[in-house]
Amino acid sequence: MKAKIRKIAVNIEETHIEMGRAISPPTRKAVAVAVIENPFAGSYTEDLSPLMDIGAELGALLGKRCVDALGITPQAAESYGKSAMVGENGELEHAAAILHPKLGAPLRLAVEKGAALVASSKKMGSPGQVLDVPLGHKDAAYVRSHFDGIEVQLNDSPRANEIMVAVAVTDSGRPLPRVGGLTHAEAEGKDGLR
Amino acid sequence: MHKVTLRKTVLSVEEVFHEGGPVAEKPLLRGSIMAVIKNPFAGEYVNEIQGFQDDLKPLGLEMAMKLATALGGAGVIEGYGKGAIVGAAGEVEHGALWHAPGGYAMRELLGDAKAIVPSTKKVGGVGARLDVPLTHTNASYVRSHFDAMEVGCNDAPKADELALILVMSTGARIHNRAGGLAAADIKGEDGLR
Repeated sequence: MKAKIRKIAVNIEETHIEMGRAISPPTRKAVAVAVIENPFAGSYTEDLSPLMDIGAELGALLGKRCVDALGITPQAAESYGKSAMVGENGELEHAAAILHPKLGAPLRLAVEKGAALVASSKKMGSPGQVLDVPLGHKDAAYVRSHFDGIEVQLNDSPRANEIMVAVAVTDSGRPLPRVGGLTHAEAEGKDGLR
Repeated sequence: MHKVTLRKTVLSVEEVFHEGGPVAEKPLLRGSIMAVIKNPFAGEYVNEIQGFQDDLKPLGLEMAMKLATALGGAGVIEGYGKGAIVGAAGEVEHGALWHAPGGYAMRELLGDAKAIVPSTKKVGGVGARLDVPLTHTNASYVRSHFDAMEVGCNDAPKADELALILVMSTGARIHNRAGGLAAADIKGEDGLR
């Protein structure tokens, strides 16, 4: 393991009622977060490839944590997203190095398939700040019912020399989707879009 | 008799490996479960509210079981606590209804745990977060197990809701070294030492 992990947190939200209507089965979203040491805190480093390798490790680890927490088979995952919040002694580019080059492939293995782009967000932050992780359908980005997000915050993270890395996975879309567009049932999931 | 109408649950588990010191052989697990339900007394003063404590018992037990399972089973739980956030159309007294069903659910599940369950409560808006205290399940004075867990959810509690919370931990603070009564030295008879 290249990542020096201080802590891991996993949250699961289940929605049973939305606007007075029963949601059966409940919609469920999981988000798994790793708080890691930022190896490049405090000074400019040109080569960020160690963070890319850390991204690959965390894509696998956090994707599996979400799937396990939901108690589903990998193929039952329906949407996903990824985010990172960099503590004050780091730079935004550190989040990009973790998230974009290598995190996606192992995450896709954890949720089986994943033809669509993994929605992402990133920011600089401090302990207790909120990180909003975007969610999109894992195989067809245009599935409108699955555009969503999940918030995560940890009162003690990220410290100045840390990075919070989050992966979110769901087994469902929004509780009461009714704004039209491509549906989960109609999606072909070949080109990642439709 | 009031119906318990559950809108959502939020289950959180933290696994702590270190906090700047040596990496622990066994990570500390801390978990919380929050159930967001309708507050049957929101919007008006209701004098007789005690019956709702009994209505909440099955929910309390279900939450305690779900949380203990997520942390590895009742056998590994060493610390606990509880709390409530009352939506803005309720009163703090409504949060007090959680003491009995929340506390006794955990004590029953954990095999007659001796220590009082520490707690906190407040009235709060949507997104309010609560720092829920944690202490040792059998001896309140065990210093290594004094801790807390921050719990909340961005869309709860709405004005007419109650957010009911249980927290549990599997051990001491990760780098505990502040002395006091050690878990290994407790008698576990009076719930204090």
